Amino acid sequence: MSKIIKLGRNRSLTLTKTRVVDFSTYLGVVLAFLIVNSMLNGDMLSRSFRGQLVPICCYIVMAVSLNLTVGILGELSLGHAGFMSVGAFSGVVAAMSLQSAVPSEPVRLAIALVTGAACAAIAGVIVGVPVLRLRGDYLAIVTLAFGEIIKELINCLIVGCDENGLHVIFNLDGTKTVSDLGLAEGGIEIIKGAQGATGTDTIASFTAGFILIMITLVVVLNLVRSRSGRAIMALRDNRIAAESVGINITKYKLMAFITSAALAGAAGALYGLNFSNLGATKFNFNTSILVLVFVVLGGLGSIWGSIIAAAVLTILPEALRGFDDYRMLVYAIVLILVMLATNNAQIKALFAKALGPVRRLFAKPQKGGAANG
Amino acid sequence: MKKFVSLAMVLALCLCLFAGCGQESSEPTENPEATAPAGGTGEPAAEGAAFYFGAVGPLTGENAIYGNAVKNGAQIAVDEINEAGGINGYQLKFRFEDDVSDGETSVNAYNTLMDDGMQVLVGPVTTGPALSVSTLVNEDRTFMLTPSASSLDVVDGKDNVFQLCFTDPNQGMGSATYIAANMPEAKIAVIYRNDDTYSTGIYETFVAECENQNLDVVYEGAFTGEGASDFSVQLTGAQSAGADVVFLPIYYQPASIIFAQADAMGYEPTFFGVDGMDGILTMPNFDMSLAEGVMVLTPFSADATDERTVSFVTKYNDQFGETPNQFAADGYDCIYALKQALEASDANPEMTNEELCDALVAQFTSMSFDGLTGSGLTWGADGTVSKLPMAVVIHDGAYVSAENA
Amino acid sequence: MEFLSYMISGISLGSVYAIIALGYTMVYGIAKMLNFAHGDVIMVGGYVSLLSVTALGLPWWAGVLLAMLVCTVLGVVIEGLAYRPLRAAPSLAVLITAIGVSYFLQNAALLLWGSTPMSYTPIVSGSLSLGGLRISYISLVTIAMCVVIMAGLTLFTGKTRMGKAMRACSEDKGAAQLMGINVNRTISLTFAIGSALAAIAGVLLCSFNTSLMPTTGSMPGIKAFTAAVFGGIGSIPGALLGGILLGIIESLAKAYISTQLANSIMFAVLIITLLVRPAGLLGKYVPEKV
Repeated sequence: MSKIIKLGRNRSLTLTKTRVVDFSTYLGVVLAFLIVNSMLNGDMLSRSFRGQLVPICCYIVMAVSLNLTVGILGELSLGHAGFMSVGAFSGVVAAMSLQSAVPSEPVRLAIALVTGAACAAIAGVIVGVPVLRLRGDYLAIVTLAFGEIIKELINCLIVGCDENGLHVIFNLDGTKTVSDLGLAEGGIEIIKGAQGATGTDTIASFTAGFILIMITLVVVLNLVRSRSGRAIMALRDNRIAAESVGINITKYKLMAFITSAALAGAAGALYGLNFSNLGATKFNFNTSILVLVFVVLGGLGSIWGSIIAAAVLTILPEALRGFDDYRMLVYAIVLILVMLATNNAQIKALFAKALGPVRRLFAKPQKGGAANG
Repeated sequence: MKKFVSLAMVLALCLCLFAGCGQESSEPTENPEATAPAGGTGEPAAEGAAFYFGAVGPLTGENAIYGNAVKNGAQIAVDEINEAGGINGYQLKFRFEDDVSDGETSVNAYNTLMDDGMQVLVGPVTTGPALSVSTLVNEDRTFMLTPSASSLDVVDGKDNVFQLCFTDPNQGMGSATYIAANMPEAKIAVIYRNDDTYSTGIYETFVAECENQNLDVVYEGAFTGEGASDFSVQLTGAQSAGADVVFLPIYYQPASIIFAQADAMGYEPTFFGVDGMDGILTMPNFDMSLAEGVMVLTPFSADATDERTVSFVTKYNDQFGETPNQFAADGYDCIYALKQALEASDANPEMTNEELCDALVAQFTSMSFDGLTGSGLTWGADGTVSKLPMAVVIHDGAYVSAENA
Repeated sequence: MEFLSYMISGISLGSVYAIIALGYTMVYGIAKMLNFAHGDVIMVGGYVSLLSVTALGLPWWAGVLLAMLVCTVLGVVIEGLAYRPLRAAPSLAVLITAIGVSYFLQNAALLLWGSTPMSYTPIVSGSLSLGGLRISYISLVTIAMCVVIMAGLTLFTGKTRMGKAMRACSEDKGAAQLMGINVNRTISLTFAIGSALAAIAGVLLCSFNTSLMPTTGSMPGIKAFTAAVFGGIGSIPGALLGGILLGIIESLAKAYISTQLANSIMFAVLIITLLVRPAGLLGKYVPEKV
């Protein structure tokens, strides 16, 4: 799936097609936003759907950014939620501590997102430099390990803020509490160890989510279509060949990995500021897997695929509420069936036959989609 | 090609499901199973008008036991009330939504219930989700009574959020006071779960209060949720530090492992648990001899002989095949406390959420309620309940009041 | 003395990880897939062995045998229904399917057996006193089982025809097929053995934890996966070594550094090891051919 781009392909043609796909991705996102937003303003959406809008935006950004690592760079990461976690908690700290200094909510949100992205990028460097020397499943287990480490470290973090600035305790032996921060009168407790960030001012908004998605798309698509992006994909397709033509492996791998981490951090900050309480356990192995499922179902390397998969699969478990106790069982079965249906030649042929007329209708974008990956 | 087919597949499958559940989920509005009492006697008293209680808690995932217990306990209360003619003559409708003990899902569950026209929220059952939802509830002016989310932060600064359980500090304080009064010479070890709000909350106040009471805490060991399988290191640490009382502010499942592993090690301190320990006696296949002599500070005992508890335990056993724990009792009490408040304020289902909320807040801050988990419960304006924890000792697989033991 | 008892609890915990890791590593070696559902097969094994004793009244050894039987069938069925159709698919697709199977097993267990944790009666109880040191019998049984299973597997893969077929498949499926080896059957057999091991691991794990719920298998599963990678995934002695070392590290880290960060320390050791030996402790480093 991922090795479609061949060296001998007619380049100008490919470029036009990828441009079309990129353009329609942007257009699709903008249209979706406009439609949802007008429905939102017209009060046509259920509360339940409204409540999911910001998380959906976060998961879309997570999926697109993970696609950069898994689909474009070709390295399996099982710890993407760790970067989201770093972004979420640093973003929350930034937003809460600037509450009085920056009264405007959108500005504070923007600062939080940038902080989240920056902190996650730093974490990306720390994780990326050693990790990217490994390959395949070994790399996967190490990203998983980093995700778990980040989770446990944040569990030990106690942060508060008063007029003297930030107070941070790292609660290694488990004996410290919020009262050890020594906050002055009127100070606020931001992160309380295991309890996580509590009493967060929920300033995230759907519009901010949309803007974040657009920024993510601009960053990722421009990176992928640039010289660097082609170098990254060359690494994925044949590392040795790429190395032999003088591509700097570490540089390009890190470039993709850190970009991916930073975007995940921004998504995390948005997520963190959408809920008044957030614990580190939220960003565990299962969340990493969840995002990976979005990426694989949407198609490796396919950006619009990730967007749609993230949106649909976030809504799906909620939509399945009617099944009561069988909800997660049905979700699991759907997951297995979809994987079988999309990856087994026989079943696929069967579906292709049944969907023949529909497929011909979409013949064009489908070809572009392939070139996209 | 592949990608297109795969996407088409995903979409097709999802659309089928959406279509399927579109019908499913609209169904509960008309005729939810929950409204019909299991007893089968529930003709709706007033056609169309019913009080709508929603509840949120984990029915799946690792905390599923607490959500299921609250759900079952509350369901028994709802059935009893509907059978007896409802509240102020109106039937009671009850719907429980799963949140997997996750903040995001909990908010979604709450929103789903609000879409469905819920008037009063019972839950969320666990603390983390309750923190997220309580902020929304406060903005929406819907009344919330949580059966078991015990952190002070849940009610802090939210006038319409109330708790039926002890608060964490209350339990930590109570335990320390009890130990200071009865075992002042004790060398204490604490084993707690450091990624759990409930456990760290009690642990922190307990240790702080021990300092005030001049109690000697010789060992503090933590564990994380996923690692809750091997406690030999913590137990060896406690043993070597010479601890003769081990305080366990944790739920009963890890506690049962601790008892078994301590027994295997030949370490026999006095274990002291809090309300999360309740349920250990009803754990399927649990070897009661391991829990002999364990002290528990709990508001509810399934072995109590008063008429209401007996009838509740029998019903629960008949319907769900197990003995109820404290969470089930909390769920049951929540429904009856709301009933009492609604009756006292002469409310009817036609009132808006906000009107109901104001009426309930007024009642809750002034009324006194007798339930399974205590008599004469009163609530402060801050939303916390005041009830007395009761110290019991496990003897021959049953609770015995600590004074008699 | 304290140090010794920490070591012993580490080794016995590590032996449980090692038995689980053996199942992981066998399946990985031949099918080249991370079977994330392995931990949940363990949980099923635990439930079957417990319920056959409490509900059916069988003696404990019959319960263990029944659990092995059920898990073997379960493993083969999972392989046939979910993994075999994806033999030619990209490895990520198989990974996601395995995760789907894992969710399925957990939620099916939740519906079948409920969310209430069940207490598990250890198959052997009591402990041995050596001076001031107490070693529980279950620890000894686990360590012994672990060594026996490893020796058995090494003999099986080294000496028997079936075992040789397995190794051939793991080297090169195409070539193995040309030599007349039935690849599908060999893979099914691997899953059968791996799942039977999972049942034994389930019984031992639950005898340790004395508690059982639908999510029981997931964290030990991840840790055993870590152990398998630590020792060199695909290597049978590697799984044993990785599992036991991991158990010891976890136990000592809890005892002497921090009970809160024990998992982090364990994972940090793993990362450092992999940086020095990128294919794990005993893994073969295969240079890439151009």
